[in-house]
Amino acid sequence: MGDWMTVTDPESKTLPQYTSETKMSPSSLYSQQVLCSSIPLSKNVHSYFSAFCTEENIEQSISYLDQELTTFGFPSLYEESKGKETKRELNIVAVLNCMNELLVLQRKNLLAQENVETQNLKLGSDMDHLQNCYAKLKVQKLQNIIASRATQYNHDMKRKEREYNKLKERLHQLVMNKKDKKIAMEVLNYVGRADGKRGSWRTGKTEARNEDEMYKILLNDYEYRQKQILMENAELKKVLQQMKKEMISLLSPQKQKPRERADDSTGTVISDVEEDAGELSRESIWDLSCETVREQLTNSIRKQWRILKSHVEKLDNQVSKVHLEGFNDEDVISRQDHEQETEKLELEIQQCKEMIKTQQQLLQQQLATACDDDTTSLLRDCYLLEEKERLKEEWSLFKEQKKNFEKERRSFTEAAIRLGLERKAFEEERASWLKQQFLNMTTFDHQNSENVKLFSAFSGSSDRDTPTLHSRSRQKKPHGVPSGSPVCTSKLTKSLPASPSTSDFCQTRSCASEHSSSINVLNITPEETKPNQVGRECTNQKWSMSSRPGSQEGCYSGCSLAYTSSHVEKDDLP
Amino acid sequence: MNFSEVFKLSSLLCKFSPDGKYLSPQEPTQSCLGRIRDAPAPQDFRGFHQEPVSGPVGRHQCVLSVLSSQASCVQYRLVVRDANTLQILQLYTCLDQIQHLEWSADSLFILCALYKRGLVQVWSLEQPEWHCKIDEGSAGLVASSWSPDGRHILNTTEFHLRITVWSLCTKSVSYIKYPKACQQGITFTRDGRYLALAERRDCRDYVSIFVCSDWQLLRHFDTDTQDLAGIEWAPNGCVLAVWDSCLEYKVLLYSLDGRLLSAFCAYEWSLGIKSVAWSPSSQFLAIGSYDGKVRILNHVTWKMITEFEHPATVNNPKIVVYKEAEKSPPLGHLAFPPPRAATGPLTSSESKYEIASMPVSLQTLKPATDRANPRIGVGALAFSPDNYFLATRNDSVPNAVWIWDIRKLRLLAVLEQLCTVRAFQWGPQQPRLAICTGGSKVYLWSPAGCVSVQVPGEGDFQVLSLCWHPSGDSLALLSKDHFCLCFLEMEKGVRMAFGQRGDCT
Repeated sequence: MGDWMTVTDPESKTLPQYTSETKMSPSSLYSQQVLCSSIPLSKNVHSYFSAFCTEENIEQSISYLDQELTTFGFPSLYEESKGKETKRELNIVAVLNCMNELLVLQRKNLLAQENVETQNLKLGSDMDHLQNCYAKLKVQKLQNIIASRATQYNHDMKRKEREYNKLKERLHQLVMNKKDKKIAMEVLNYVGRADGKRGSWRTGKTEARNEDEMYKILLNDYEYRQKQILMENAELKKVLQQMKKEMISLLSPQKQKPRERADDSTGTVISDVEEDAGELSRESIWDLSCETVREQLTNSIRKQWRILKSHVEKLDNQVSKVHLEGFNDEDVISRQDHEQETEKLELEIQQCKEMIKTQQQLLQQQLATACDDDTTSLLRDCYLLEEKERLKEEWSLFKEQKKNFEKERRSFTEAAIRLGLERKAFEEERASWLKQQFLNMTTFDHQNSENVKLFSAFSGSSDRDTPTLHSRSRQKKPHGVPSGSPVCTSKLTKSLPASPSTSDFCQTRSCASEHSSSINVLNITPEETKPNQVGRECTNQKWSMSSRPGSQEGCYSGCSLAYTSSHVEKDDLP
Repeated sequence: MNFSEVFKLSSLLCKFSPDGKYLSPQEPTQSCLGRIRDAPAPQDFRGFHQEPVSGPVGRHQCVLSVLSSQASCVQYRLVVRDANTLQILQLYTCLDQIQHLEWSADSLFILCALYKRGLVQVWSLEQPEWHCKIDEGSAGLVASSWSPDGRHILNTTEFHLRITVWSLCTKSVSYIKYPKACQQGITFTRDGRYLALAERRDCRDYVSIFVCSDWQLLRHFDTDTQDLAGIEWAPNGCVLAVWDSCLEYKVLLYSLDGRLLSAFCAYEWSLGIKSVAWSPSSQFLAIGSYDGKVRILNHVTWKMITEFEHPATVNNPKIVVYKEAEKSPPLGHLAFPPPRAATGPLTSSESKYEIASMPVSLQTLKPATDRANPRIGVGALAFSPDNYFLATRNDSVPNAVWIWDIRKLRLLAVLEQLCTVRAFQWGPQQPRLAICTGGSKVYLWSPAGCVSVQVPGEGDFQVLSLCWHPSGDSLALLSKDHFCLCFLEMEKGVRMAFGQRGDCT
């Protein structure tokens, strides 16, 4: 561009020192930032627009603009100079004119641009449309081609077929009409007809009969279908009736209120009338022809449905209203309230707990003081003391027993675990000598029962003997063991709270242990078990007895037994 | 599940006699044999059967087998076996290689067609010495079949010049001219009363309805088809479905008296119908087409009630996709007991079904559209005898069998095999689908599940085709030159009845 200007612009020669620099400077400012450094304007390079014209380069800018404008055919910005030496003056009028003209031009350009853009859009859409049309046309064309080919094909086929038919006819004549002796059937003897009848001659009668038969078949089919359809219709009608009835019954309680309010009574009244009519003609309704019944039924159902719909909509509205009103309603507890309430309650609980604590402390203090002044109380409560002593003894006994039980329980569980492990190991063996074992078990059972008898003789007072015997009799059933155990436990739990005396407890304990022995369960060595005071030898005997490889069921019942014993403890403890 | 030993067989010709029904007469009869011939014997035939019959007639299996032990290849034999014991009951020798085999509906006669020589030979089971030979002479023979009464034979001559109706009762011979050469041009009603025949004269399609009892023409009407491809009676015998060739999608439904009931066209411009099947209740007509869809018409309005697509990807948790996987031991929880082969020597790798997790994409073939008869579209469909299920095969997904629930009108299960599905057939009494893929296994599906069973044996027994015993208790598996019977588990009562029967005979 610079070159072009230097060549064409005659005025540039008048300002040689400027042009060499200026011809590049303003334009290059936009495009070539690198060159800007050589130009005096480079100090304000940082902002392009302000950089074009500054205080310092007004002259240059003007001359540059003048140059540019003149090249585009605008009048010069300078006044006509008289001489070449004198400095030329800027012609403001010319500048303003130029600006105006430029603005007008700009507006025109914008307008033109807009026009072009709309046209472009239009053309684009036109193009799309045309393309679509083209595609359609193409499809149509292809379809036409296919159709024409199809017709051509059909035509050709027909032609060929005709030829083929001619040939066939010819062949037919040649092959069939010639007395072909080969065409024949050799049969040993004719067989009877499948239905046993003779064949009948073909007459007009047979034709008529055939027709009759055909129509009969068709009629039968139609009748069958009609029956089916009738049945289906009846079913549907029934469903509709049912629906109607249910709708009416559903809507009737709601009906009262709106009628009182008297806002929408029309629908309900009609339905009422309809209902009555329905009631009257209920019996005959099925016999009526389709149309009348259908109209009646469908109309009433429609009405009912409309009512139901409006009702449901109303309900919906109410619900939404409630939602809108939010949780300020009285019967809705807000979350805050709820939390507050719970906090309050918790506080109360805390207070109550403290109260109880203090009460307990007070009680203990009182007890201590009571113990302190023994002398006074001795006089009064000598009986009490005795009783207390006894109680203490019993208490200690209980404690010991509890310990024992705990130990036993532990050993029980251990044994159960060990049993489980052993069971795994023995499972393979078991298959082989299960039979033998079974025999063994039956023999053990006899021993057990003897042991048990012995034990029961040991175990305590005679009046307690009956329940154990009872339970034993149950346990004697060879395989009723797992089912027997819950019976036993239930008895225990029942008896325990009623009479928590030691003897009774021992009794129950013995019952439990006896049970365990009869089941032939646990693989517990005698050292491990701490026998309780009553019937020590017996339990020892039992444990040693039961230290045979246990069967699977035995293990299970053993587990259940452990559970029952723990249960007993729980109940028994203060 | 038990397997019989393997017997020789040629041309896949092995058929059960249709009178398996006499084993359990109270049950509805559903013959499972030929497509044209699956009409059970009408009531009239019972009378015939009540005559004292010498020998264990009934539940025979007719097997054509070439005895390789004989030196000359001229002797071609027909072997009739007891379908339960597989003992040979009769042996007949034909004049040439048998190409077609058909039982008469009353199970008294067997027809053997020797197309090459234009001969038909008929054998009687009651009287082994009785024989009948029909020679079509120079006219040639391309098809032969029984009429439903079992006393007439319909022979189609070469070039479809005419159909000859030979009677075994009288000397009479009837001719029917202009039969159309098409996919399925002959159809009898289930009760055996009427024959519908597609005809072509003067470049137009016609249908003639004959009364089978005296071969009298009852109705004759032209059909609005370009090139009729097939006709089939509804099982109730009152509606005839007529469909056009694959170039045009068109199904026409005619009443027995020749009235046009309805016409159905799903689309234009594309290849049309590939397969058609009536439901046993005559309630539905399923139409499989080249667009890979099955359309089901109802019998009231004859309008489409649903459209079954066969997508290549199944993504619906309600659908069970059974994928055959080549793996060792069969799954324990399947409906059928594990095959005996699992314990015996393994000839080929075991396979089992796995339930594929969704979504499942099935193997699809890219059809060559520039060739005739492209492998696309629904090429096979069959209703279960209780109408509840429809099994289909889309030829572009050749390894899969789709099973549709007709009560809910939706896809129920998809079985994807390792090989192309060769054939499938519903059990005649229960909804059990047997599938073969040309491998050494047979696959069974029932609503309870599905199982793949290895056919035991020394060599590879390639199951190319199968057919059910009419009782549904056993299944004949056919390979190229062998066959064996597969006995399914029977219910106790049935077995008892079976045993008693066996004692009687």
